Amino acid sequence: MKFDNIIIGGGLSGLTCGIKLAEQGRKCAIVSSGQSAIHFFSGSFDLLSKVDGKEVKNPLEGMKSLASNHPYQRVGLENISRLVEEAPQLLVRAGLNFAGQADQNHYALTPMGVMKPTWLTIDDFSRFFHNDSFPWKKAAILNFSGFLDFHTLFVQDGLKKFGVETQVKNFAMKEFEAIRRNPSEMRSTNIAKVFDRGIIIDEFAEKVNELSKGFNVVILPSVFGLFNKNVTAEIRAKIDKPVVLVPAIPPSVPGIRSQILLRKRFEELGGTYFLGDNVEGGTIENNKLVAIQTNNHGDIKLEADQFILASGSFYSKGIVATREKLYEPILGLDIDGEVEDSEKWLDEKFFNDQPYMHYGVKTDKQFRAMMNGKPIENLYVAGSVLGGANALKEGSGAGISLLTSLHVAEQLLK
Amino acid sequence: MKKEIFEPFNISDNNFEQCVKCTICTVYCPVLEVNPDYPGPKQSGPDGERLRLKDPNFFDESLKLCLNCKRCEVACPHGVKIGDIIQMARIKHSKKKPKVRDMILANTDIVGTMASTFAPIVNPIVALKPVRRIMDGVLKIDHNRIFPKYTGMRFETWYRKHAEKTQNDFKKHVSYFHGCYVNYNFPQLGKDLIKIMNAAGYGVHLLEKEKCCGVALISNGLIKQATKQAKHNVEAFKKSIVEKKMPVISTSSTCIFTIRDEYPHLLGVKNEEIRDESELATRFLFRLIDSGELKLVFKDSYKKRIAYHTPCHMEKLGWSIYSTTLLRMIPGIDFMSLESRCCGIAGTYGFKKENYETSQGVGKPLFDQIDNSGADFVSTDCETCKWQVEMSTTKKVEHPISILAEALDVEATMKLWQE
Repeated sequence: MKFDNIIIGGGLSGLTCGIKLAEQGRKCAIVSSGQSAIHFFSGSFDLLSKVDGKEVKNPLEGMKSLASNHPYQRVGLENISRLVEEAPQLLVRAGLNFAGQADQNHYALTPMGVMKPTWLTIDDFSRFFHNDSFPWKKAAILNFSGFLDFHTLFVQDGLKKFGVETQVKNFAMKEFEAIRRNPSEMRSTNIAKVFDRGIIIDEFAEKVNELSKGFNVVILPSVFGLFNKNVTAEIRAKIDKPVVLVPAIPPSVPGIRSQILLRKRFEELGGTYFLGDNVEGGTIENNKLVAIQTNNHGDIKLEADQFILASGSFYSKGIVATREKLYEPILGLDIDGEVEDSEKWLDEKFFNDQPYMHYGVKTDKQFRAMMNGKPIENLYVAGSVLGGANALKEGSGAGISLLTSLHVAEQLLK
Repeated sequence: MKKEIFEPFNISDNNFEQCVKCTICTVYCPVLEVNPDYPGPKQSGPDGERLRLKDPNFFDESLKLCLNCKRCEVACPHGVKIGDIIQMARIKHSKKKPKVRDMILANTDIVGTMASTFAPIVNPIVALKPVRRIMDGVLKIDHNRIFPKYTGMRFETWYRKHAEKTQNDFKKHVSYFHGCYVNYNFPQLGKDLIKIMNAAGYGVHLLEKEKCCGVALISNGLIKQATKQAKHNVEAFKKSIVEKKMPVISTSSTCIFTIRDEYPHLLGVKNEEIRDESELATRFLFRLIDSGELKLVFKDSYKKRIAYHTPCHMEKLGWSIYSTTLLRMIPGIDFMSLESRCCGIAGTYGFKKENYETSQGVGKPLFDQIDNSGADFVSTDCETCKWQVEMSTTKKVEHPISILAEALDVEATMKLWQE
């Protein structure tokens, strides 16, 4: 089966790259081993939140002090300042509206009740411009009885620190009785599916209006608009007070909606998305990857002119560690890191910057994967499978995924 | 790594330890959405398995509500075979004996033989409302269900009479696993397949004696019988694939899925020698076309708007691309892909009175999509999906092979390889 481009990995990075290439008329395929980490989406994409443990106000400025092997430095800060404008537009074309600026982080309220600096926030959620105060005095925090994935006390504690008076109120509706019977399945997505049907929105809004009398603002868990993306706006319109949504424990409703819309955009552009399939190996001839072999397709190989590896880091098994060895499991590509000396992988202090977090597939300047010291001419690498950053410490994961993908797509389109 | 020795009763397989409790599977479970009695794939699968490994008494009959669509497995980022954990738990721990009704629904071979022998009598009788009421009351087969019509002349009989003789005229050969549906209910699909394969230059042969793949036996808990039939089929496949060097193709996605993946995994019946060369006809044809060995020529007169529905087992196999690519090759087809969703029938599941409501609830979003599609008809590779869609929407359903057969210019196609 022949494509122009095949992308290994169906997460944020793979989809961004696929959409950009397909928009330029390339016949693309994405192979994804299962649903992606977009399901754990917090609602915000970070570009750069911290450098050396210190909060960054202006990510574009902050990048200047990053190490030379950091993905942003390798893409080039000039390219980055252009791509940060392109990324949100690509998302808008997929039906996802984000707000934020690359030269000025804003803050998002986390489920732990703290303010986190970030780059782009999806329109479900509120953006804040100070991390020590809120624009309101009294907040009603409402939750569904029996819903265990929204920790109201954390939110309440967080708001208290900034002088906001709060009250937590739980309420029940008969439509949720069925899912409540099974406490482990009263999850955000199951609540969202009830709202998706559209029949309880009025009753829900009435209830919220009644419970929020005397407050300036209503805080609710983000459980609206899974398959039906209009639900959130409809609910906001019917509630008298401003509504602030706070992410619940994953899987995340706006995250799944984002995954669905990105995939849909890719497919509408003519892309082929293979879900639930594993790439088992590839054929390399004269330093070129000719075809990949997958579990589902067996002897029918997937061929392409160029390939992109966007298989994710350790959690997604883009890189695998055993007791003895670190490796890239599909083709055995070179790894930038202490591959065989497991003593050096870890810092014994758990919360320190862990060396292994910086490991990834080694590439040349054009982001082409290296194998036995030589680049594979038509295999490019994007997203968190690239090394050189500790996305968790820096708050840079989504930024790296989006921007390296766009950069790699540009290399390919040259 | 797969274990070499099959030890179903003392260890949990299916990547069970890889579950990180992310609950992504529950998002895509079609049953959980409509039937709150079902605990959901994570709870029924890996979570429940932890308890069942300690004590089989934690087995819960509500696991029967899983319709085995395997969409949880397709969604799982960590390769946990959630559906198989649930299916295995039913096989190992269910204390309830299959009911008479379950045996009737599961034994497609026996019922099919009897019903097709007396087809002119059986068809009108089972379609009668009072009869359906009785079946509903006595057997708990939902009265809303209409049984597919049985044919007067079985496919095997037709083949021996009309097709067998000419098949040796071809240079290349395949065997055809027709399955119960083609044999007892819809021989036309088998005839369509022979038309296409012959046009492509392949003679089509039957297996020495095929038995039902056993999927309905497995889902109804008749494991011993399923295993026996699986062993029989693997031997029959070996005769074709290993001895005669003839690959086996089929038109039924579920039969092929069962033979390739459920035989070794759930029944412990080894199939390494035959697995790679047992596949769907659409995949077989795709390979020939993709490698340049075959070109199909289509009539200009065929013009239709077609909506393709991906059956659950096609989604799991990842093979719908073969059928859709072939359909898209027909110049006169206006092709649209329906969003991949379970239709809700899941073989015999939807026939059972206790599941009827769930079944229709699961299928509702798909039915709405189909009714609003503006398509002339729906195409799908699964026979039970066909029944469900035809019973629940305004559209007819055609197998991709039948569509190809109708659109194909046989003579022009044959000319290309005869030259």
